[in-house]
Amino acid sequence: MKIKITTKELKSDFAKEVEERSGIDVKKCYQCGKCTAGCPVAYEMDYMPNQIIRFVQIGAKREALTSRTIWLCASCITCTTRCPKEVKIAELMDVLREMSLEEGLANPLEKNITTFHQSFLNSVKKHGRISELWMLNEYKMKRPKTALQDLIVGPQMLSKGKLSFLPHDIKGKDAVKRIFEKCK
Amino acid sequence: MRIGYYPGCAITMGSSSEEYGTSVLRVAEAIGPELEEIHDWNCCGASSAHATNHKLSTALSVRNISLAEKYGFKEILAPCPMCSQRLIISQKDIADDEKLKKDVEDAIEMPCNGNVKILNYLELIKNYCMDEIAKKKKKAPRDLKIASYYGCLLVRPPKVLKFDDPENPKSMDEIIEAIGAIPVDWEFKTNCCGGGFTLSRTDVVLKLTNDILECAVDAGADAIAVACPMCHANLDMRQKKIEKEYNRKFDIPIVYISELIGLALDLGPISLGLNKHFVDTESVVNAFA
Repeated sequence: MKIKITTKELKSDFAKEVEERSGIDVKKCYQCGKCTAGCPVAYEMDYMPNQIIRFVQIGAKREALTSRTIWLCASCITCTTRCPKEVKIAELMDVLREMSLEEGLANPLEKNITTFHQSFLNSVKKHGRISELWMLNEYKMKRPKTALQDLIVGPQMLSKGKLSFLPHDIKGKDAVKRIFEKCK
Repeated sequence: MRIGYYPGCAITMGSSSEEYGTSVLRVAEAIGPELEEIHDWNCCGASSAHATNHKLSTALSVRNISLAEKYGFKEILAPCPMCSQRLIISQKDIADDEKLKKDVEDAIEMPCNGNVKILNYLELIKNYCMDEIAKKKKKAPRDLKIASYYGCLLVRPPKVLKFDDPENPKSMDEIIEAIGAIPVDWEFKTNCCGGGFTLSRTDVVLKLTNDILECAVDAGADAIAVACPMCHANLDMRQKKIEKEYNRKFDIPIVYISELIGLALDLGPISLGLNKHFVDTESVVNAFA
């Protein structure tokens, strides 16, 4: 694999910043690739999990934060469980996703995933709990290309009483809204 | 013994996995322990919060722990492993990071002492119900082979959750044996089903669940037991689509471990929500006849 990296990036504080935010010492990784070997979604990733760690080690911020890999990580935590150097890879992915959003670098090819997260959290913010039907509705409106794929499952769920039209509002929903405000 | 009940969004009435919540409550009514819902609980934020905003994820989870403390619970049950995992991780994160704890307490406008124990469903059964199951079971299934599927969130990350063996867990198999069914030896106990990608990357979910179903069926399982609403949704609701995509008929019922316990206690399939599944559960119900 060839990537272009500038001297400025090499000298950047990216690795330090990631380490400070995550509490994870990425220097410990010696690139054995065990995380990648056990990753169930590696087959769909543009860079392998161990390569993402390498990017962090050498300061290749752009490659790490624009990768599809960070979004495709399903947080199954198999990598962290098996890492011989106890590098918390799955937890590192959380930090990279957060930084990717902050810097507006999230890969547009995985927009379905970021939009889903957004729709999910909007529902929590509004009601205090998830109202699956309304969360689904918001997601499908924002990602119309996915609208058709659940045409069979959706109505079946409704007929079995597994989707409710009534949102599940909690009494403390304003308190939950304030949590969102304070955790921006 | 009074235990706080944190159902979480997915298993409450009118939600995608309500039969899990229903069967957990029916079983608890029959054999204990007494479960009392934590008043005004909120969503833990699930994957969407921890994948995008650590502080928010922690605060949403910790609010529930603080409520449990406020109402005097020493232990709480979170049957959804996404919830139990998020709650346990958040509790540890604030214990390890004073600044985060302060920020979170400020956001939730409540203190959090962190002395509540969070139990997943298998843990609750193992800790409180095995003797009761042995005493009160009324029906033993005939030759029912079950693949116990734990998924990710019950066992990982092992250093934080400290529950069972992360590569080859046994707790669900032991419960299956206790009700007289036969646990199947298979390799995909803790493989990921794709979890929250069911809407955003359905293709990934279909591939991962196909691998899981194939492994269970080839190992001779008559049904797969789960203790997670996401695993259930992906294996049950998506099963027709998996079959179509990968051109193999499985037709294998996906049952909650709480439903199996309920059947052994003769609680009645409909009261346990077994009619709410997409894949017909009749073969499992009939094995208990």
